[in-house]
Amino acid sequence: MNDPHSSTPTPPLDGATIQAFGPHRAYESELRTDTGVKPDKYVKTHCCFCGQQCGVQLKVKDNTVVGIEPWYEFPFNHGMMCPKGIKRYLQQSHPDRLLHAYEKHAGSASGFRQLPYEDAIRRVAEAIERIQREHGRDAMAVLSGASLTTEKTYLMGKFAHMCLRTANLDYNGRLCMVSAGAGNKKAFGIDRAANPWSDILGAEVVLIAGANVAECAPITTNYVWQARERGAKVIVVDPRITPIARTCDLFLPVKPGRDTALFNGILQQMIEHDWVDHDFIDRHTVGFDAVAAEAKTWPLQRTAEVTGIAPKAIEQAAEWWGLAKTSFLMHARGIEHHTSGVKNVLSTINIVLASGRLGRPNCGYATITGQANGQGGREHGQKCDQLPGGRDLGNPEHRAYIAGVWGMAAEELPAPGVDAYEIMRKAHTGEIKGLLSICFNPVVSLPDNNFVREALAKLDFFVAIDFFLSETARYAHVVLPGSLQEEDSGTVTQLEGRVIKINQAVECPGEARKDWQIIQDIAKALGREQGLAFKDPEEMFEELRVASKGGVADYSGITYKRVEKNFGVFWPCPSETPPGVPALGPQGTLRLFEPGSWNPVAKGAGPFYFPDGKAHFNVTPYVGPAEDVDQSYPLILTTGRVVSHFLSGNQTRRIGPLVDQYPEPLLEMHPRLAQELGVADGDWVCAESRRGNCTLRAQVVQTIRPDTVFIPYHWGGRKSANQLTISAQDSLSKIPEYKVCAVRVSKAGAPEYAAQLEPQQ
Amino acid sequence: MSAPQDLEFFIDASRCIGCQACVQACSECDTHRGQSMIQLDFMDRARSTQTFPVVCMHCDSPTCAEVCPADAIKRTDDGIVQTARNPRCIACNNCVLACPFGVPKMNTKMNLMMKCDMCYDRTSVGLKPMCASVCPSQALAFGTRAEMLALRPHAKPVNDFKFGAQSIRTKVNVMLPRSVPQEVVDVTQAMYEPSIGQDPFADVFSDLFGGDVFRSIRPRADA
Repeated sequence: MNDPHSSTPTPPLDGATIQAFGPHRAYESELRTDTGVKPDKYVKTHCCFCGQQCGVQLKVKDNTVVGIEPWYEFPFNHGMMCPKGIKRYLQQSHPDRLLHAYEKHAGSASGFRQLPYEDAIRRVAEAIERIQREHGRDAMAVLSGASLTTEKTYLMGKFAHMCLRTANLDYNGRLCMVSAGAGNKKAFGIDRAANPWSDILGAEVVLIAGANVAECAPITTNYVWQARERGAKVIVVDPRITPIARTCDLFLPVKPGRDTALFNGILQQMIEHDWVDHDFIDRHTVGFDAVAAEAKTWPLQRTAEVTGIAPKAIEQAAEWWGLAKTSFLMHARGIEHHTSGVKNVLSTINIVLASGRLGRPNCGYATITGQANGQGGREHGQKCDQLPGGRDLGNPEHRAYIAGVWGMAAEELPAPGVDAYEIMRKAHTGEIKGLLSICFNPVVSLPDNNFVREALAKLDFFVAIDFFLSETARYAHVVLPGSLQEEDSGTVTQLEGRVIKINQAVECPGEARKDWQIIQDIAKALGREQGLAFKDPEEMFEELRVASKGGVADYSGITYKRVEKNFGVFWPCPSETPPGVPALGPQGTLRLFEPGSWNPVAKGAGPFYFPDGKAHFNVTPYVGPAEDVDQSYPLILTTGRVVSHFLSGNQTRRIGPLVDQYPEPLLEMHPRLAQELGVADGDWVCAESRRGNCTLRAQVVQTIRPDTVFIPYHWGGRKSANQLTISAQDSLSKIPEYKVCAVRVSKAGAPEYAAQLEPQQ
Repeated sequence: MSAPQDLEFFIDASRCIGCQACVQACSECDTHRGQSMIQLDFMDRARSTQTFPVVCMHCDSPTCAEVCPADAIKRTDDGIVQTARNPRCIACNNCVLACPFGVPKMNTKMNLMMKCDMCYDRTSVGLKPMCASVCPSQALAFGTRAEMLALRPHAKPVNDFKFGAQSIRTKVNVMLPRSVPQEVVDVTQAMYEPSIGQDPFADVFSDLFGGDVFRSIRPRADA
């Protein structure tokens, strides 16, 4: 047996860099001398973290965000907030904040030295120019993110495709929304939550699959609980008893990686008992017979054996789902982060379509979007194969339309590129020489991140735009100081498909610049500023309206004014509807697939976004995870989030009260497993996979399957769960399989980092 | 100004998700910045994710005030039991030990007892307290009794408690299932009563796997 301690690489501790750039913890009292002062203003805007985008009011005094006040009128959350939203103001005027540009400098203890902003821009432009001249345009790659405003994501797509003309552009939604997006497009022809969240309230059955709602979308909890007060039955599918599962009516403790089997089995029960809506299936769908044939291979006993769920529980779920008159099915990364991610999504859509409960009040389906702009950020051209309006970079008509809007020849647009992980692989082989990244921390967030660190270290030139020096930016040759959400304005599209307005509260400090200005400055220094010279986000949005017009993600009827007047506008929202089709209400399209609704693909043939207007059943044969357990690595590792941290933790690990709430990653295991391993709660344990190892303290709890261990992934370096995870990806969506890999766990001594680093570092 | 009397505070622990939004929001108050006055604890994390939030219950006859030798704890006419008055409090800790709900905290740095005053700065002008404003599960809720009864048809508010021989009526309500006959929460007795519904500490995984879940990690007998 090989010893992973000797054969797998170990991340550096980066002590001197951390000393200079953090993450350090900021607290209320340390930052503000007198917080009791009356604020200069309250700015109505939204949270900077998750996809729910709760309405909030920032308290501003002397160009500093000093606190937060509920925004009771905003209809999604009515003032509710989670701990992250409450403390997010502490990231502004933080001691770690990048106030200048930096360049890598071996002579400095921290590894970096300041340089004037203009010099940094010049260096970046020269490097891009040189790399593209010597190695071709595609040798320069761009990584972007879905926490940016829609305006910025539109600009990033235009910058890569029109200014750099590189095919290699992708975004961090590759780790988040792509399985749901691909599944939705295959089944419905459109990628958006089908319903507003208010439809949860009237559902008789709420089925939550692979979503730690209470920790990852906390405000949604109240919708679920309120439905339950009205008599809804709540079914939760999860390998862990998360807080939302604790009081559900039926808990299906699925073995990680077996979701398709479960939903195929549930569909089979529905068919056997004739709990399907034949009329809906006949009139509004295609492909049911093939799906039914596949379901037939999933009798109860086989489903139970594969999923690890008791047969009677599967039967009960099918009965409740099958007999309900109204229902809401929601899922999240738990079923999407798999090599079968798209199939898992499609298998849930199959039971929704078979029930016929879609496109009506209180009959809903949605993925719970992860990032702030996880929805808008996946629509307008920063995905590797995409153009604005949800258009395809591989489609000649779409290319021609966008090239026309942008004032360039269609053949000058690059071909579709590769996904974010493949960009890392190409950097590793040397095919990609240069990288510009913004809003992405792949050293923490990508799987098998020892490989990612190697890839970044091989780049000829790497420029990172960030407001804090993230673990990834530590690998950059030049770091440009970007903007926080509260320092810019624009729109985002939250998890219901509602376009909302982010309002600027304060100006950027020091030499930090708004992200879009940095991109413009680079384009200008390259002498390729054509098409990028916007004066403000609204001007970008106005162009985006034109660019999205006629596409599936049609924003042409949305204006800043309309958004602000109506607490948001739901897309699709075309500026005009064809003769005979009634105009949309002021809030746009609240609910998709309503009977008689018109869309630009079906053109009246039916409510779904295919030429015949019908939804597609998709056959979902079960395929196990890429790496299953074996004698050497006998346990399943699954990863996820905790409520007080967000994604790679670049922001939340700098906010003291959030760090204190959950300081360091713990490895959760069941007491029966702990007993087998001789581990007690709080002991150090080493988890090892074929790719790396990670020593953490154990949390022994009976709220997790005994064959599975869980580690939250928000930390970097030697505390990073993604040292262990596998880079196997879904063949269609290219999402990595974060939710299943094989590990072994053993009792260990205290790791070297314990004495040298603070919990958040 | 006084708090509108038709607005009440309701705690429903069955809704609590332990997210600590209430704790983080409470610590934003200008009078005790950086410190929360809310107690939020896991009941038994090893066995369940069940958590329980406790704010000051604002008793009609507050034990904390009754045991205070310095008469530092005042109750307003509208029923809000306030944090100890700074000049009077002698930091003797009597209130901390005596409160049956375990609410007051001793701030040793400031030599002062501090506790929840139901965001008097907010409630006295008709705003919700911060914790109940932000609570994402509405385990902590603030509104009229009629609203609450309409929103939660299976629950009833109760504000009478018994701790041994001591009976206490509070301004703050806890939600109980309407199906149970109790109109008084007998806290001492409840420690010995079986839980309502499913045992929250039951190991739901115990009957799912039999013994074979660990087969793969045990050394084989023949190996």
